[in-house]
Amino acid sequence: MWEYTDKVKKYFTEPVNVGEIPDADGVGEVGSLACGDALKLTFKLDEQGRIADAKFQTFGCASAIASSSALTEMVKGMTLEEAEKLTNKDIAEFLGGLPKEKMHCSVMGEEALQAAIRNYKGLEPLPSAEGEVVCQCFGVTDKEIEKVALNNDLHTVEEITNFTKAGGGCGDCQEKIQEILDRLWNTAPQQPVEVTPPAAKKKKLTNIQKMKLIEETLEREVRPALKADGGDIELIDIDGDKVMVSLRGRCSSCAASQATLGQFVQSKLREFVSEDLEVEEVKP
Amino acid sequence: MDNNATTQAAPEVVAAMLPFFGEYYGNPSSMHNFGGQVGAKVDAARVQVAQLLGASPEEIVFTSCGTESDNTALNSALASQPGKRHIVTTRVEHPAVLNTCQNLAAQGYEVTFLKVDRQGNLDLEAVAEAIREDTALVSVMWANNETGVIFPVPEIAEICAAKGVLFHTDAVQAVGKVPIDLAGSAISMLALSGHKLHAPKGIGVLYIRKGTPFVPFIKGGHQEHGRRAGTENVPYIIGMGKAAELARVRMDEENSKVKALRDRLEAGLLEIEATMVNGDPDRRLPNTSSVSFEYVEGESILLHLSSLGICASSGSACTSGSLEPSHVLRAMGVPFTAAHGSIRFSLSVYNTEADVDHVLEHMPGIIERLRAMSPFWATYQKTACKTPGYVEP
Repeated sequence: MWEYTDKVKKYFTEPVNVGEIPDADGVGEVGSLACGDALKLTFKLDEQGRIADAKFQTFGCASAIASSSALTEMVKGMTLEEAEKLTNKDIAEFLGGLPKEKMHCSVMGEEALQAAIRNYKGLEPLPSAEGEVVCQCFGVTDKEIEKVALNNDLHTVEEITNFTKAGGGCGDCQEKIQEILDRLWNTAPQQPVEVTPPAAKKKKLTNIQKMKLIEETLEREVRPALKADGGDIELIDIDGDKVMVSLRGRCSSCAASQATLGQFVQSKLREFVSEDLEVEEVKP
Repeated sequence: MDNNATTQAAPEVVAAMLPFFGEYYGNPSSMHNFGGQVGAKVDAARVQVAQLLGASPEEIVFTSCGTESDNTALNSALASQPGKRHIVTTRVEHPAVLNTCQNLAAQGYEVTFLKVDRQGNLDLEAVAEAIREDTALVSVMWANNETGVIFPVPEIAEICAAKGVLFHTDAVQAVGKVPIDLAGSAISMLALSGHKLHAPKGIGVLYIRKGTPFVPFIKGGHQEHGRRAGTENVPYIIGMGKAAELARVRMDEENSKVKALRDRLEAGLLEIEATMVNGDPDRRLPNTSSVSFEYVEGESILLHLSSLGICASSGSACTSGSLEPSHVLRAMGVPFTAAHGSIRFSLSVYNTEADVDHVLEHMPGIIERLRAMSPFWATYQKTACKTPGYVEP
């Protein structure tokens, strides 16, 4: 079991600001079910442009819930300019520290806040897409690694994994992360790298973006139609471009289930996510 | 409720061990009577273990733990057959075998990791097909530590024997819960761990069938008939022997009691919406239940349980420092929605109905509370299929 501070325990067991502001001015969503943690942050501004209210919904561990709840407390009363400067370090410090393996929870808080502010400003979401994807498992780019390394004075691959999850899956990218760190600390300017909005041109999806988009497409485009026929579908796994699903209810015994998977499910996923996706059925 | 992690040492076991810390402290390898009397007690413990396993005493080697037994079996199989460089195992093994195999693969050996199906079962034909001319060993666990799913180990051993290949089983979770008759089987090597069956931590056993080629892993003195060097851990060996005797005598009675408790717990937990049990319902250890509460994360559940004095474990990534959820649940194709929110309850004979009631009283509230703050729960409630004919996965 992890050693959590009393403040982390308090914000986990008695979280404040749980929920969603229905007419929010800014909405930020980061993470995904596939990755094991996700945070939806909403805020409302007052007439002076300060954050009057902030609420969160979190799927994740104790430190993810505590970081999210703490974040909503911290930003209340801030102007957007002040909130933009808030970093994961501030969240972790507010909580009296987090186990080093859990620092990515504080980074998720920072990213959700940045995403919500971008949303308020009408800017494109997913600033993390900028740069070259280094960690395929968790969709982390070189720019993100550089930024988190500089902002938190990180020098080892293990530290990068603790803060971003990069390198914590298959581990294939660890050598590349080390190269980035070597380059960064030998030649890079000693100041935080600003993340700029993604270029207008279409970028390749990161794994996380792809997973999220697949989940969203199934929820929005596929499930309602199947449910109308008394069936349903469940996402089982995503392995590269293979999307494994199980049909439920009437769909599972339907004679035309293969047609449903190929002509409907797969074509929807190809339309909304990627032309390269292949749908495979997993029998329960 | 976390007895697949470790068990309470039985009072009878502790009582049997105590004299060997004091009065009977002799070295069993000594030639004098003071040591010799201890040696006789070690041999008696060997008989007790052999009886539990349906083996001969000379086939029993005491080790320090299950992991050492597993490592010894894998390394011995390769060292004793230098021309063979292939191992067959499964994707759902305990890290004692899985990580060792991955390490061997990194050293240039070839390893086939067999898949399991949605219920955690192996395909026997796939086992047979995976065996090659250069296969040194097939290693398949007897019962899975996370789901409790029981593999058809005697049948797999027969397949291996027919092809002339050594077969090892990590039986750490099975011994004391599943009847085992090694004499009537074709199993070459079997590993067990004392602290999983009410002996203390720090004692394990490796069964080595007579005639099995063997190279010691720990080399040195002539202890354990030259198969495992190092002065014997006498008090723990005595404890192991007593635990084996208790398990043999009480197995049926304990299993039926524990199973009744487990089934009651499971039935109560399944009343919580969007909850599922992982693993084959019919081929499962009587004490183990891997339950997934969808749309919430396991560590959060565990912490709430812990604050109520309830110990369980989780296949969630966040409990371990690993960033991906249980390799067992992932290998079974358990959906993301469920893999992250899995909790393993593993009961023992020392659990009571009051323990089960305590969990059932609090779990619905914990899950409800966590789901209320999950961004995915509201979506699920809007879209979940509740039409007739819906089959829970």
